[in-house]
Amino acid sequence: MAEKLSGTRDAYGETLVELGSENRNIVVLDADLSPSTKTILFAQKFPERFFDVGVAEANLVSVAAGLASAGKIAFASTFSVFGVEKTLNQFKQSVAYPNMNVKLVTTHGGISVGEDGSSHFCIEDIAVMRSLPNVTVIIPADAVETRAATRAIAEKSGPVYMRLSRPKTPQIYEDGYKFQGRDLKFEIGKSITLIEGGDVTILATGVMVAESLQAAQELARRGIRAGVVNFHTIKPLDKEAILRAAANTGAIVTAEEHTVLGGLGGAVAEVLVEEDPVPMARVGINDTYAESGPWRELFAKYGLTSADIVKAAEKVLKRKAK
Amino acid sequence: MAPFNQKMAPHDLKLINKLSEIALNIRKNSLIMTTKAGSGHPGGCLSCADILAAIYFHQLRYDPEKPDWEERDRFILSKGHAAPALYAALAMAGFFPTEELLKLRKIGSILQGHPDMRKTPGVDASTGTLGQGLSIGVGMALAFRLDNRPNRVYVLLGDGELDEGQVWEAAMSAAHYRIDNLTAIVDYNRQQLSGCIEKVMNLEPIGEKWSAFGWHVIKIDGHNMKQILDALDEAERVRGKPTVIIAYTVKGKGVPMLEKSFLSGDCKYHGTPLSEAELAKALEELHG
Ligand SMILES: Cc1ncc(C[n+]2csc(CCOP(=O)(O)OP(=O)(O)O)c2C)c(N)n1
Repeated sequence: MAEKLSGTRDAYGETLVELGSENRNIVVLDADLSPSTKTILFAQKFPERFFDVGVAEANLVSVAAGLASAGKIAFASTFSVFGVEKTLNQFKQSVAYPNMNVKLVTTHGGISVGEDGSSHFCIEDIAVMRSLPNVTVIIPADAVETRAATRAIAEKSGPVYMRLSRPKTPQIYEDGYKFQGRDLKFEIGKSITLIEGGDVTILATGVMVAESLQAAQELARRGIRAGVVNFHTIKPLDKEAILRAAANTGAIVTAEEHTVLGGLGGAVAEVLVEEDPVPMARVGINDTYAESGPWRELFAKYGLTSADIVKAAEKVLKRKAK
Repeated sequence: MAPFNQKMAPHDLKLINKLSEIALNIRKNSLIMTTKAGSGHPGGCLSCADILAAIYFHQLRYDPEKPDWEERDRFILSKGHAAPALYAALAMAGFFPTEELLKLRKIGSILQGHPDMRKTPGVDASTGTLGQGLSIGVGMALAFRLDNRPNRVYVLLGDGELDEGQVWEAAMSAAHYRIDNLTAIVDYNRQQLSGCIEKVMNLEPIGEKWSAFGWHVIKIDGHNMKQILDALDEAERVRGKPTVIIAYTVKGKGVPMLEKSFLSGDCKYHGTPLSEAELAKALEELHG
């Protein structure tokens, strides 16, 4: 099956333009990366509502807070690594704590950045951002979902962090936000069950949702009925869905393009340990720095492929059998 | 052991020709490397090639056989995206075989997309996130002074990079501590990623800004080798304050097609390599 690839950042830029025509209160900021984050599309259409602050991410975030405090819906974009890690205190102090209507939407998340290397990777953002009260954390699974998510966060008041990717990634949804013909609705905080599981459930976010769907097919060939749930929102966390999966299948695998420390896997583990400690395994980057290289090769080397998910599923199933 | 790079008598014609030749080689390699890697930042490599040649083949004390030699001077490429130019200089200086250059950005390579001091012999600081190199340089310079060591520190910054607040925090602290074993060089090509600096974020009056922060300021043509060497000498003589060399440069320098493209306001070649066909043409046309 040839996979269809599409760009989450392209979808973001295009949706911003639509939103800009619909709502005059939308403003967009960037830090000298608009050609890459695709906010350039908004800049070209609405130059008076676009602000490039230069290579100055701390300023980016706090200026966005100022715009929001005066009634604007402020979308601020740069690469994930800079938007999260260079501005953590600014984001906490001027956006999260006062509950400002700022949407920090970053592109080039994870290690699928590829050739630029570790200085440009961001595999800590879920852990960092979900630790901040008031902040909604979203990673869409593909470009189609990115369109829906961008609209949803514009409508939701308050601080949002959303992470997108550099490369075009597998499109798992049909245009118009459908999965295998089924119409979907993007609700912040509500996961989407793509496949019902019998033996094990894979909870995944971002580009790892596509890997999980592949893993489920491979597991089916091996006689294992694996469910797949897309956690496009990591905070607020869809606890109910986690507990349902635990109750129905008794084994959980999480998959994320993020360090295994504190991300989706960490969040799910927190819920399971307190409420229903079924066997679980985390697929992610194993507390290490990756390196420069083509992103698919990096995924293979650093344990982010469907094969790694299959392995993890078989491992938890062994523990479940005991 | 004697440092590899004995300083020649200042600035005779032979030296200048040698360094210009090396700069040309850095340009050539930067273009080939980025095209072969399929990604990277050619424009900003070409604008700083002359400066890198002067630094690595005249100014800096180092020993390629002993990359960790304590007495060596330090060079920090704060604008880390110009890594290919740095790698080309390091290879020519003998830190690693030139064959490594073609492995840039490939999985398993010692040459990462941005400088990595733990993977590449000769790299003194890991950079790539803009805005941090000058602070690292201040720390090195303070340590050398504490220990009464003669090592000097050089930091190369981009002009877009000067948008980062941390650069000015570092600038303030270097002057406050009267650091004079540190020289900053600004690759003033007047272009950043998404446009020219006048459009994205104005820096003028740039000289006055640095001098208001307490720095000795030298402005030069960053492609004139004699001026580069004279400025580096002058910086070494200044006492009691840090020196910044503002090097007026041309982004894409040496390749007419690139120079023209940047001048027209198109930033494509900031972060996109030449195609194979463009590369062949560029290598033919390349000049100093
Ligand atoms: C902190 C940070 N923000 C953003 C980037 C992305 N980026 C890479 S190069 C660049 C523009 C830099 O412009 P300049 O310093 O003038 O470099 P030059 O023109 O000399 O290549 C940007 C924004 C980065 N590497 N680091």
